Amino acid sequence: MARSLQHRLRDEFDWPLFLAVVTLATLGVVNLYSATSAHTGALSELYLQQIYWLALGAGAATIVAAVDYRVYERFAYGAYVATLVALVLVFLVGKSIRGTHRWIQLGSFLFQPSEFMKLTLMLALARYLHQEAHVERWTLRDLVVPGALIVVPLGLIMAQPDLGTALIVGLVATSLLVLQRIEGSTLLSVLGGGGVTSVLLWVYGLKQYQKDRLTTFLAEDKDLRGAGWQAHQSMVAIGSGGLTGQGFLRGTQNQHRFLPDTHTDFPFPVWAQEQGLLGTLFILALYLFVILWGLRIASQAKDRFGAALAVGVSALFFWQVLFNVGMVTGSLPVVGVTLPLFSYGGSSVLTILLSVGLLMSVSMRRQSF
Amino acid sequence: MMGAVATLTILALMGRFVWLQVIDSARWVRMAEDNVLRQIDLPSTRGILRDTHGRVVATNRPCYNVYVTPGFLREEAFPRLAEYLGLGRDERDRLEARLRGADGPRRFQQLLARADIDREALALIETHRAELPGVSVIALPVRQYPFGELAAHAIGFLNEVSAEDLRAYAARDYRPGERIGRSGLEQAWESILRGRRGWVRLEHDVRGVVLSNRESIQALGPDRRQEPVPGRDLVLSLDMELMRSIDRAFRPYPAGAAAVVDVRTGRVLALYSKPAINPNLLTTGISPALAREIEENPYRPNIDRSIYESYFPGSTFKPFTALAGLTAGLVDPRSLVTCTGRHELGHRVFRCTHVHGPTDLHRSLVESCNVYFYTLAETVTMDRIAQLAFDFGLGRHTGVGINQETPGFIPTRAWYAQHYPGQFRIGFTLNTAIGQGNTRVTVLQLAMAYAALANGGTLYVPRLVERVEGPDGAEIQRFPPTVRRQVSVSAQHLAMINRALGEVISNPMGTAHASAIAEVDLAGKTGTAQVSRIVRSGEDGRRTWYSQRDHAWFAGFAPASNPEVAYVVLVEHGGSGGHEAAPVVAQVMRDWFVRIRPGPAIPSVTAARARDARNPQRR
Repeated sequence: MARSLQHRLRDEFDWPLFLAVVTLATLGVVNLYSATSAHTGALSELYLQQIYWLALGAGAATIVAAVDYRVYERFAYGAYVATLVALVLVFLVGKSIRGTHRWIQLGSFLFQPSEFMKLTLMLALARYLHQEAHVERWTLRDLVVPGALIVVPLGLIMAQPDLGTALIVGLVATSLLVLQRIEGSTLLSVLGGGGVTSVLLWVYGLKQYQKDRLTTFLAEDKDLRGAGWQAHQSMVAIGSGGLTGQGFLRGTQNQHRFLPDTHTDFPFPVWAQEQGLLGTLFILALYLFVILWGLRIASQAKDRFGAALAVGVSALFFWQVLFNVGMVTGSLPVVGVTLPLFSYGGSSVLTILLSVGLLMSVSMRRQSF
Repeated sequence: MMGAVATLTILALMGRFVWLQVIDSARWVRMAEDNVLRQIDLPSTRGILRDTHGRVVATNRPCYNVYVTPGFLREEAFPRLAEYLGLGRDERDRLEARLRGADGPRRFQQLLARADIDREALALIETHRAELPGVSVIALPVRQYPFGELAAHAIGFLNEVSAEDLRAYAARDYRPGERIGRSGLEQAWESILRGRRGWVRLEHDVRGVVLSNRESIQALGPDRRQEPVPGRDLVLSLDMELMRSIDRAFRPYPAGAAAVVDVRTGRVLALYSKPAINPNLLTTGISPALAREIEENPYRPNIDRSIYESYFPGSTFKPFTALAGLTAGLVDPRSLVTCTGRHELGHRVFRCTHVHGPTDLHRSLVESCNVYFYTLAETVTMDRIAQLAFDFGLGRHTGVGINQETPGFIPTRAWYAQHYPGQFRIGFTLNTAIGQGNTRVTVLQLAMAYAALANGGTLYVPRLVERVEGPDGAEIQRFPPTVRRQVSVSAQHLAMINRALGEVISNPMGTAHASAIAEVDLAGKTGTAQVSRIVRSGEDGRRTWYSQRDHAWFAGFAPASNPEVAYVVLVEHGGSGGHEAAPVVAQVMRDWFVRIRPGPAIPSVTAARARDARNPQRR
């Protein structure tokens, strides 16, 4: 009883989700224009490339949304394995930038497999959860497979090293597992294991600059010239924005280059200084809407796979917004986490739009007649 | 459940924004402005000092300092830099050590390589700028005194503000490193000369690159620049040519002082103190060698002998003693006193210079007879003498308004009663009458007092600054003559005294007759002030000989018949006033009336010139 695509678009198209995402993407491009056009340098073309990626992503998302999401269940493990291979290839044929191995050069495009891992891990876990839906309460043994699915890519990403992406990948995956009812003792041992792993990571796994960022965040007397500089300048930008902001293209912190990495990690302070509190609250409200809307879609999804996907997409937005905004407001340590649709980056834009496409696909197929 | 967690979390983030952007916003706004705004001082130029004919006596010149940023200077460029700077071997090694010693962040801080380089070095460095990365030349204005030591005490000098100044004058907003008037006119007129610093607020980016013509910050607005207000110029009453003449006349003597004032206005035409320190050496920071030299100089060059040091006036005081007697009606100018060369008082003997025989008031002044004044003092009494001396401004501050002025001292009976308990001795009065004992005056005081004798009893406040001018030369303020007091003495008595003062020169018996000059009739009184003869043990014999010699004075006015200027010359330890001080005056006054003095020549000068023209071989 498959109805025509036109009918679906007319009757079941998720307009609220669509409008929210389009608004975010549009404002994100507008902000990127300002963030990359600092006065002392030539106007950067980055915002144009971002538009190309958004267009490409929108096309891909449309296709993803048009196809029934249950189709993806079949390809979930395959996509996961392919991404995993790419993550390994990063170390072999990848392009090293500033001592990190995060990218693979494809033509003129720097492909970042860790971004796609957010999506494919989500798919793989969703499929596993769907398969194991019969398990009432998960014990340690039940967690072995999903644990492995998570830990392997996580380790590879941390080895790049890319603490921010690893964090998001881990948190999104964990959010999916939380959907399950887990045995109390299991939860305790997982938490304990996590704690031990953290300590070991701190001692052996983290680079000095990563530790500096974390300790600086906790320090009372912040080192404003060194490790604390970025967070401090970010807060200056936000605070000086006031209620209504300094106006588009007039944010001094960005125009005078006091903000670092305005196109990747710190686009939001640019927005905050230029648009003020009204602007920041509007954007945060849009993100909250997308997150809550995704959870609503999850609750109405026809099956466990769809629900898990919807929760995963919501979690993706939630954790990225929380860590990026928490970082720029000095509430959380500076770990490189991008802000969905505000940060520049092909892989990031594609990942976000593909996940929105997935969400849309689930959304359009929740009502069963 | 997840929705609630997400909502609360995002709401918490929103709360964070409310806090940062509204409640706590003010301080972040300030920090954002501090980030991009830099206020740069625009220094003002200090006012220029000119003498009465517009000769510049204190001005500003650029001083070029060479700075090196060690981190930017290439190793191989150093020998060339040292060569261009003209560094000696030692200086070169010292600089190299300093450059090498700069490590860490100091490698990128500028280091002063050499201060105040000459034009040649400047030209070399500018020409080879491209080969000398990390070398920069910074120009600073420095005070310059074209006349050097001449009038150095009156003009004063500048040096760097001290921490104490910064505290004491907090309201005047000095910056560390700024220069402040330290003495003389530079100090007294500091607030007028200094001007007001301006500023400009520049917008710059994180690397310090200045972004001109940008107004992205409201705070910049209309007041992004405050122009500096240049200091005002002073036109002095001093005549540097007269100063030069005095300096020439003083050439034989190591120490002394002089003052020349206009008797009709109280303008100070010359205020001279020898020795002096070249203020150009003090302004750029005093070297240890110079400091030691000043410290060890027995003639104490830092003392202003014209107003800060007081001396026994000796016989130059006699006209005032005489006037006191005449004014009180206690002296008949015709009555005679027979001078036997000595005056006995109890078991003490007061001596005279000669045996003058029968002497009247006129002769006692012309030939400087002490015995006459001893006798006169006994009837006039100390307090009458003191009162008249005070009336003529002796023993009091003149109000010249520069440096620290000593009031000198005129003793009174009450003072002796307090300081010499027991019976008051008439001997004190006798010493006072001839300007010895405890009587002390300054050179400028005496000049003002003689000016009052010459002008009919008007005591003026000595004035060094004639007017204040703006940088464009427009007059801002003019200072009219200030009369301090009209002394109540009769014109007849003054004429009597002045006639005697004229004969001190013109009369062959006068103590300064040897200094009579053809061009102008001088008037005045010689003085040979005895110095207290206390020999300190361990002193060098020659120095002791010098320091025990009397001070030589000559005080008076010219022309004698129609006075224009009053003068005082003190040759410290010069000996006899008639032999040492009067010739100095004669030489200076000839220069003044023949050559320096502005306006039409006085008749006697015209006559002398005509005479010279007829007999050219005379000179």
